[in-house]
Amino acid sequence: MSWPVKTIAERTGDLLPGSPWTAALYVLLTILAVTAFMTVTGLVLIYAERKIAAHFQCRLGPMRVGWHGVLQTIADALKLLLKEDIVPRDADALLHILAPVLSFAGMLLVMIALPMSPSLQVADMNIGVLYVTAVSGLGVLGILLGGWSSNNKWSLLGAMRAGAQIISYEVSATLALLVVVLFSGTLQLSGIVQSQEAGWWIWRAHGCGIVAFAIFLIAGTAEINRTPFDLAEGESELTAGFHTEYSGLRFSFFFLSEFLNMFVLAAMTSTLFLGGWMPLHIGHFTVFNGVMDIIPPGLWFTFKTTGMIFLIMWFRWTFPRLRVDQLMRLEWKILLPIGFVNLFVSAACVVTGCYFFAR
Amino acid sequence: MTGEQIMFYLLGGGAVLASAAMLLPPMGRSPIHSAISLIVSFFFLAGLYALLSAHMLSVLQIIVYAGAVMVLFTFVIMLLNLNADELQESRITPGRIAAGILALFVFGKLATAIQLTTAGAQSVDLSDPGFANFGSVPEVGRMMYTTFLVPFELVSVLLLVAAVGAVVLAKRSMKYVDRPLPPPAGYEHPAPSDDEGGHDAHAHGGGH
Repeated sequence: MSWPVKTIAERTGDLLPGSPWTAALYVLLTILAVTAFMTVTGLVLIYAERKIAAHFQCRLGPMRVGWHGVLQTIADALKLLLKEDIVPRDADALLHILAPVLSFAGMLLVMIALPMSPSLQVADMNIGVLYVTAVSGLGVLGILLGGWSSNNKWSLLGAMRAGAQIISYEVSATLALLVVVLFSGTLQLSGIVQSQEAGWWIWRAHGCGIVAFAIFLIAGTAEINRTPFDLAEGESELTAGFHTEYSGLRFSFFFLSEFLNMFVLAAMTSTLFLGGWMPLHIGHFTVFNGVMDIIPPGLWFTFKTTGMIFLIMWFRWTFPRLRVDQLMRLEWKILLPIGFVNLFVSAACVVTGCYFFAR
Repeated sequence: MTGEQIMFYLLGGGAVLASAAMLLPPMGRSPIHSAISLIVSFFFLAGLYALLSAHMLSVLQIIVYAGAVMVLFTFVIMLLNLNADELQESRITPGRIAAGILALFVFGKLATAIQLTTAGAQSVDLSDPGFANFGSVPEVGRMMYTTFLVPFELVSVLLLVAAVGAVVLAKRSMKYVDRPLPPPAGYEHPAPSDDEGGHDAHAHGGGH
């Protein structure tokens, strides 16, 4: 069974010679759909986080608005939109306004490259992995500028911590990501998914896959500033870190992009290591593969991404927050050496063809 | 004008504007605004690379310059935390004049170098099948490890030197950190729990 990929960008390209206005409308609708998808995903994730956090602590969580509190985030979002939007007097007004937009724009640009199913991907670049790494770097700038422009010591400290942390952990995340690029032999995201037709890289790569998966997950959790790496906004030390001075709509932009970061991390992890939209296949077991193919690819992607999101939320209630020096030691003295050795071993595996179901 | 030319003038104009904004007031007056203008200009340059079919180079431009280098720049600017009157002064010092002349000299050298390399060059049609892989990752990698292997390795040695230099500098400052600081004037040692240092505390007349 082959998996032809048809992206939305390609469909727009098909429309272009005949009717440019339809193509333009198509582009506009795509932008609207992606933005709407981001907003709804953000709302769902916030609700999920509150419910999961509550049940981990034997509480009920939001229960009042709607059935089991499902409308709670919508009510909260409305409240945030109606709140006063404050720019502190001594803040750098231009950058203060620009920062949340920057971190949200970075998210939007990542979102168009994610392969959600063979027919649901906005653009499929031949350098997809590099592209995702590049544009997700915009988020750091948003955080740094937000912290600096607030003209507040807590904000500045939070931003500094976030900047140092994200830049450091990006090294390990990229090293882990290179392992998958080595095995699949392509930087195209849909190509990486298709290369896992005989099995997911997490188990097919003879141990290298699972090590890279662990490194990527740890480094990714640090990059999105989530517990146990949430020093950037450690409440007990820095009030709210880089977004202390933010309120109303612009705070919600930061908040939303934080949750969408988690979605992107989960989606990227499942794309690289768990086969993305590719069903669970085992080599040449055609009957087993056929049964698995009954479930459509879009659902596979959803299941895997949801599972990863649950895992990341689980971390939050399992591990205590690290100290700054522990954070740096974990990256430079533990994760980075392991990542380098893992990259060498997997290069040897690829060259010798020593992995499961190598062609 | 073709679509490509329109895009070239848009991106190039954007890059020039952003670079001008980096140097001139009102943006140029604050270092952090200058840094932001520089980032914007890098993005326009990345667009120009993409227009030249060098997709990998354009993404690397964003990762390395806009992502890593400029984040470090903003980081350092924030750490320096220059105050307003330090930034207001715009005196013309001999050092600044020398720097300006040096910059002009480097600019002139670069311009002649670009002219020399493009003098005998012919324009090629990128839609030609022979250029199907132009600018793609495998093609760039192949060129880096065959034609341009020696410059590539020399650049990596340069990076190694920079890394070793950073370690040496960090080690030197560590010496001062490791040595315990002398107590400030008028500091009283707290009463020690054992008998050994007890005399000192009494000698200083500490009332405990």
